[in-house]
Amino acid sequence: MDISPVFFYVFAALAIGFSLSVILKKNPVGNAFSLVMVFFAFAGIYAILGAHLIAALQVLVYAGAIMVLFIFVIMLLNADEPSFDMGRSHIGIKIGAGTLCAILFCTFVWAIKESPINIPAGRFTPEAIQASGGNTQVVSELMFSEYILPFELTSVLLLAAIVGAVAIAKRKLGKN
Amino acid sequence: MTNFEWLTMGAKIAFIVVVLLQVVPIMVWVERRGSALMQNRLGPNRIGPLGLLQSICDVVKFFFKEDRAPGHVNKFYYTLAPLIVLVPAFMTFAVIPFASSIVIDGQTVNFQIADLNVGLLYIFSVASLGVYGIIMSGWSSNNKYALLGSLRSTSQMISYELSMGLSIIGIVMVFSSVELGAIARGQGEAFFSVGMLTIPKWGIFIQPIGFIVFLTSVFAETNRLPFDLPEGESEIVAGYHIEYGSMKFALFFMAEYINMTVGAALITTLFFGGWQMLPGMHWLLEVMNLDGMAHEWVRILFEAASFGAKVCFFMWFFVWVRWTIPRFRYDQLMDLGWKVMLPLSLVNIFLTGVLIYYKVL
Repeated sequence: MDISPVFFYVFAALAIGFSLSVILKKNPVGNAFSLVMVFFAFAGIYAILGAHLIAALQVLVYAGAIMVLFIFVIMLLNADEPSFDMGRSHIGIKIGAGTLCAILFCTFVWAIKESPINIPAGRFTPEAIQASGGNTQVVSELMFSEYILPFELTSVLLLAAIVGAVAIAKRKLGKN
Repeated sequence: MTNFEWLTMGAKIAFIVVVLLQVVPIMVWVERRGSALMQNRLGPNRIGPLGLLQSICDVVKFFFKEDRAPGHVNKFYYTLAPLIVLVPAFMTFAVIPFASSIVIDGQTVNFQIADLNVGLLYIFSVASLGVYGIIMSGWSSNNKYALLGSLRSTSQMISYELSMGLSIIGIVMVFSSVELGAIARGQGEAFFSVGMLTIPKWGIFIQPIGFIVFLTSVFAETNRLPFDLPEGESEIVAGYHIEYGSMKFALFFMAEYINMTVGAALITTLFFGGWQMLPGMHWLLEVMNLDGMAHEWVRILFEAASFGAKVCFFMWFFVWVRWTIPRFRYDQLMDLGWKVMLPLSLVNIFLTGVLIYYKVL
């Protein structure tokens, strides 16, 4: 890919910035909108990496469907700002949380620095994908040949979840 | 990218944006004159020939109105919402091909801004974003009518997005591609012929059920009558844009018409052969007997004109339906979406699979 790394830094900065706003903002709807932006930034990074299918699905599923329901629920519950204001936290909690964050950050830095840089390329290099008809074609072919069992199992799992959700909703309806 | 590619890309983007912006005032005029025609009135007829300049006056009025925000709104989201409605409307058009390709100096130019490998998925993912603007405007307005409108719109869009997505699976199965360019090309083949008459492989002929479901869903997704519950003037006044005025309101208005254009272009591309020439144009092209580049350019012109004509027809269709069918009740809307359209689109997928298995399609 001949796309400049500048784009990576832009999207990464956006992702980090909006992630911070997700946890720091006091307004629940604002938090949810920030989370949508985080998903967008991720989709941008996927697109830079040449994984257009994942980028499109990221926006379609997470930003377009799941977050809409989140915001729906937040709006319906009418969660206002005071209910998110826990007051000032104890100084000990702040120090403890800060230390844990620092340790986690150091671990990540160490892990990334120590891991070998030259990971051998797998079967699906960008060229190979391009040759066999693009992302969508390759992923769908794999899904319906090599990974048919896990794919179908996931579908059954989702179906079970849907049936369960309907069952729970119906029971509540019956009581009233 | 080379200079040539930058140039053609810029030209294509400019062309699409300019055309889409021009669609709005023209469609407003068509809508007003069309409704007048159907209701046996005159409609706007004072300014310019046939009242054509009425839209310009409206635009000027929108620009010069005082742009004020009510005191009880959440300013930031209130201002952002119209933009978030408008931008996805424009973005969708990026993958719609409006003519085939031409070779200039050995370089192929596609008349499509981005020939994405994920074409259709891109359209769905972008289209699903429009709902955020509506949620945002409803919530930030701090108004019960606005919130009700945006809740209605959200549930409506989510419900119909499902059947919309599933109705296209049939088309994707037949042409075994999600690229809109490939789908438009594939529709040029002959489906079957009866004597002199050759029926092309247009989506409407091979996917009639899919077409009906898709058409209905497009109406629901664009919030147009008979599915304009989010606005519902008689019940919730104007729904999510009740607190908006001047140019901010105009942006919602523009988004609606641009969404309509995108819907019409999608129907054309998926079910009416996209840029495939209208009957008779092939013959005309041969009669003109041009050679070399002139022939190619005339071909592109004819294809773009065919695409435009089909899109215009569906734009008129939107207006036609709006002033013919009354608004649905909310439970009727949901019943139609979940109990009729969704099963119908599933049946369509099954039937298409069977037909492909027996090599009919």
